[in-house]
Formats: sequence, structure tokens, C-alpha cells
Amino acid sequence: MAGSSTEYIKHHLTNLVYGQHSDGTWGLAESAAEAKEMGFWAINVDSMGWSIALAVLFLGSFRMVARKATTGVPGGFQNFVEILVDFIDNTVKDSFHGRNPLIAPLGLTIFIWVFLMNAMDLIPVDFIPAIFELFGIHFMKVVPSTDPNITLGMAFSVFGLILYYSIKVKGIGGFAGELSLHPFNNPNPVIQAIFIPMNLFLEILNLVTKPISLGLRLFGNMYAGEMIFILIALMPFWIQWTLSVPWAIFHILVITLQAFIFTVLTIVYLSMAHEDH
Amino acid sequence: MNINATILGQAISFAIFVFFCLKFVWPPLIGAMNERREKIAAGLQDADKAAQDLELAKAKAADILREAKQQAAELIEQANKRGSQLIDEAKDQAREEGERLKVAAQSDIEQEVNRAKETLRSQVSVLAVAGAEKILNTSVDQSAHSKMLEQLAAEL
Repeated sequence: MAGSSTEYIKHHLTNLVYGQHSDGTWGLAESAAEAKEMGFWAINVDSMGWSIALAVLFLGSFRMVARKATTGVPGGFQNFVEILVDFIDNTVKDSFHGRNPLIAPLGLTIFIWVFLMNAMDLIPVDFIPAIFELFGIHFMKVVPSTDPNITLGMAFSVFGLILYYSIKVKGIGGFAGELSLHPFNNPNPVIQAIFIPMNLFLEILNLVTKPISLGLRLFGNMYAGEMIFILIALMPFWIQWTLSVPWAIFHILVITLQAFIFTVLTIVYLSMAHEDH
Repeated sequence: MNINATILGQAISFAIFVFFCLKFVWPPLIGAMNERREKIAAGLQDADKAAQDLELAKAKAADILREAKQQAAELIEQANKRGSQLIDEAKDQAREEGERLKVAAQSDIEQEVNRAKETLRSQVSVLAVAGAEKILNTSVDQSAHSKMLEQLAAEL
């Protein structure tokens, strides 16, 4: 039982990886070990597929609403979309003190996309993998945000924007000054020269921590939540609901909160990047 | 759990989706929302203005009504005055007419009386002669006594 349980958990936590086999041919990995051998130039087909599918669903439906958007009385779905847009717009107005037309759409994309990726968590753990098993696909991780590649991919994209806007707004000199002259500052140039490496170390650490914490926070929360769903799924089927239902209800809060945290932190980081001291 | 090219794939799709959202999703939605917000604000303003106009119109209507009432009261008063004046005039005329009729009647009566007296006077002498003839059983010489009889008639 112990062995099969371990296998079940491992099976559920293995991505469907496409890459180059050790013998030089390209294809899907048959096991976790094989996936590891493929190295960096491999791709998690399931994570990518689900995340793109969800983004297409989100942007497609929103685009449909946007195209037919009426200034009169909004219909049901338009109303819902407008609540979300308004919510993000207010969040951006509260946290971002600058003028950048990119921030709000960026925030909306992150919020809805991350929420949808997280929401895949609420589908019973075996449901979609079982369907894919019928087509001979053995590995299927349906929650993209339990894949660190996905969360870190977004986090580092945000990091790229932070660097871009820091340099654009403050100039290279200003940005370098911000990194080297804080938090320790002294009017005496000799002492300052000693402080600069320390400042650089602290500030660069501070800067690099942002995307890593951003990505790993989302990944960690969703991974842990998914893990608990998998553990609950190991129990006899007639008792599972006593735990899975409360956990799922609680998870509705978690997925929303994590999506919101990711969005707000992105906005705050970009706001900091825009602030010139 | 391996870090692999998925991270790049996700970054690329992220960039594409954000761009799509920036170009095709956000502007029409926020535009429609802002436009509606302005419409609602304008609508509320119009409603305020309409309420103000209504107040003004009500006040004006009350003014007009009061003026009309005043005019009506004046007219009624004038009519009353004119009416009583007419009645007075009519009364005066009636009284005058009455007086005139009375005077005419009196003069008529007097004439009649005079005429009756005249007739009586002219006939009394005949009657007296006839009476005297009967009493005396004699014929009286009309011409001998006519002077005395005329005298008698004049005394009547």
C-alpha cells in the first residue's frame, strides 16, 4: 500500500514533458527520471497547454465582451467583467502612483490568468488525468501554477519589467545610484566607498528576491494545496468528501487570495520601479 | 519539478497575452465604463436641473394663479358695483316715470271733471226750467227768464 501510495503521489506530481531523449530522438518522457535527463531544453506540455488554454479562454471571453461593450445597461457577463476591470483599476489607482497604461491591463491579465490556473485545483485530482489516460497519455498535471516553471516564468517577466522601468524612469545612473547608495549613506566619500559594496550586495539581493519570492509564493501555496488534495484522494472514496469538500471551499479563498497577492505585488514592485528618489 | 524551457514558454506567452489585453481587451472595456460613468453623471445633473426647473415653474404657476384670482375678484367687484348702479338708475327712472304718469293722470282727471261740470252746467238750466215748468204747470217764457237762468247756471 505504501509503495502504491508513493507511486500515486509521484505520478500526480510528474509533468508531461516533451524533449530530447538520451538517444537523441525527440518525444514525450515516459518517466520522471527520463524527464530529468532531458535537461533544460524540454517543455512541460501539460502546464503550457493548460496555461495557454486558460489564457485563451480568459482573453477570448473578455475580448468578446469588450467588442460588444455597451455604454448603456450592461448585460450579465459584461457586468461581471466590468466588476473585475473596475476592481483591478481601483487596485492600480491605489497602489501605483504614476502614469503607465501598461500596468492596469498587466494587472488584469495576471489576476484573471493566475486565478484560472489556480482554479484548476478545484477539479477533482483524478478527473482530467483519467480522461487523458484513455488516450494513452500517462502524465497530466492540470494545475499550471503548481509548476514552478509557470510561476517563475511570470515572476521573471515581471522582474524584467521592473528592470526596464527602473532604467527607463531613473536612467542607468539613477538606478545604479539607487542600488549602491542605499541603505547606508555617508557624506564622507572614503566611508561611502566602503559602504558601496555592502549597499550593492543588500540592494541586489533585495531586488532579486522580489521575483523569486513572487514566483515561489504562488508555486508553494498551490503545490501544497494540490498535495493535500492528492493525499485526500488516497483515502477510501466514501470518506473523501468529509475532507475534500471543506478543503476545496477553503481553497476557493486561497486561489483568489494568491491571484490577488501576485497582482498587487506586481503593481507595487512596478510602482517602486517608477519612483525616483 | 525540473526547471526547463517551460519557463521561457510561459514568459513568452505571458508577454503575448499581456499585449493582447493591453491592445484589445482593456481599452474598449474601460472606455465603455468611463463613458457610462459620464453619461450617468450627466443624467444626474440633468435630473437636478429638471427638479430646479420644476420648482421655478411651480412658483411661476402659483404667481399666475394668484394674479388671476386677484383679477377675477376685481372683475366681480366691478360687476357688482355696475349692477347696483344699474339697479339704482332703473329705480330712479321708474320713479320719474311713475311721477310723470301720476301727473298726467291727475290732469286727465281734472279735465274730465271740468268737462263733466261743463256738461252738467249746460244741462242744468234745461233741467231747472223743466222742473219749474212742472211745478208751475205753466210755460215759462224762455227768453224772459233766460238771463236769470244763465245767471243760475254760472253760479253752479
